[in-house]
Amino acid sequence: MTEPGEPLTLRFVISEIKHSPLEAAHVALGARLVSFAGWNMPVQYSSIIDEHSAVRSACGIFDISHMGQFIVSGPTAGQWLNRLLTNDISTLGLGEGQYTLMLNEKGGVIDDMIAYRSGETEFFLVVNASMIDADFAWMAERLDAGVLLRNDSDSWAAMAVQGPDSAAIFTRLFPNDTLPPRNGIMRTAAGCIVCRTGYTGEDGFEFFAPAAEGISYWDLFLAAGVKPCGLGARDSLRLEMCYPLNGNDLLPDRSPIEAGLGFFCALEKGHFIGRDTLALQKANGPSTKLTAIRYLEKGAPPRSHYPVLSADGAVIGELASGVLSPSLMTGIAMAYLPAEFSKIGTLLKVEVRGRLFSAEVVKKPFYKK
Amino acid sequence: MNNPTDLRYAASHEWIRLEGDIATVGISDHAQEELTDVVFVELPALGRTVDAGDPTAVVESVKAASDIYAPIGGEVVEVNPAVEADPSLVNTAPYGAGWIFKLRVKNAAEISSLMDAAAYTAHIS
Repeated sequence: MTEPGEPLTLRFVISEIKHSPLEAAHVALGARLVSFAGWNMPVQYSSIIDEHSAVRSACGIFDISHMGQFIVSGPTAGQWLNRLLTNDISTLGLGEGQYTLMLNEKGGVIDDMIAYRSGETEFFLVVNASMIDADFAWMAERLDAGVLLRNDSDSWAAMAVQGPDSAAIFTRLFPNDTLPPRNGIMRTAAGCIVCRTGYTGEDGFEFFAPAAEGISYWDLFLAAGVKPCGLGARDSLRLEMCYPLNGNDLLPDRSPIEAGLGFFCALEKGHFIGRDTLALQKANGPSTKLTAIRYLEKGAPPRSHYPVLSADGAVIGELASGVLSPSLMTGIAMAYLPAEFSKIGTLLKVEVRGRLFSAEVVKKPFYKK
Repeated sequence: MNNPTDLRYAASHEWIRLEGDIATVGISDHAQEELTDVVFVELPALGRTVDAGDPTAVVESVKAASDIYAPIGGEVVEVNPAVEADPSLVNTAPYGAGWIFKLRVKNAAEISSLMDAAAYTAHIS
């Protein structure tokens, strides 16, 4: 048997391994740690299926300290961000957030993130771990005079608390604080940042504590009965919701229109980097679409890079992401396919080690409450 | 769980039970614990001839696919349909109902290169 414990993705391999401020807690819990986006992170504690189920039915907690936090401030910070990001940041009221993307000049995705208006002229951005340096460099090169950009990533220990019980647990633990509404941001009396968002499809919040206080908050959530969950369950939960993972489902040569994220691209707000490509694709319809694929039979779990074939056996693409869905107990995947193969009900085949498994195109998301 | 003393073990975590010239192969309790939830088992074709160390079956968890190697050379003469129908048997009964395939061995002397239970227990600790 080959030793298990392969990282979920090896796309971003860097030499210096980074360590979460919560790492000692993971080791004490017996987690299996793997290299993910250059970070030594827990992939699972007990069982991915158990952890996944805890988030769907109760509450789980993920270490997301690897993710990046940028602070952008200044009287023209909003206008500047609006030229770099796809969504319209001017629509955010104080304490509100939005999903948005940063594109290259060709309209391909550099990164996806959530941007919050944390002050009248201050924004809090949460970006992907693998892209912290690249995002920062891209933004710094284009910085306007009068706008301040700060990488705050090392200051915070970050946890995602997710599941139907998460709001009740927050209220019990922080009786003097009020959880913000969906996509909102607030600061607790003790100086932590709480964002009502997540990557699982369940109610929940992301909790940012000063790095040195991280483990005490982690332990507080665990003592309240929240189950520690690793990146394995985080991946299966997000894929059941068709939430994209940058590097797998979002790529520098694919646009958010092709990825099905046109809702988060405010073409009417005026110029932003990549807009011309999006406008053209929106007008003509994209020739390639990120398509949701579900197995029609019991088969080997789908994984990224497996070939996708049309019903008559021609290779038409490869899987961007795939997993055996713990909620649906069947294979689910996403792939960029020619638009003519992306219609719901289209029959396809997924090839695993030379064997073909029948599948069909389904409506997003895979999992509905 | 104790590793049964009537079995031999490969460094790559397969076990083997030799009865006459028929060898039953599965994965160790340690291996199933490391893999956690087994969700799919790909069995070899009957009649296939393998050498010691050849990838012969695949066991998949949610996260990863792992090759299962033949601990000893031979011909695949039987596979376990029960683990195909219920892959979790590999987790719940790794030394029993969770066996994976049987080989008609070419050279039973090859088994001497495998570990006994005490050596394997030391290998994983």
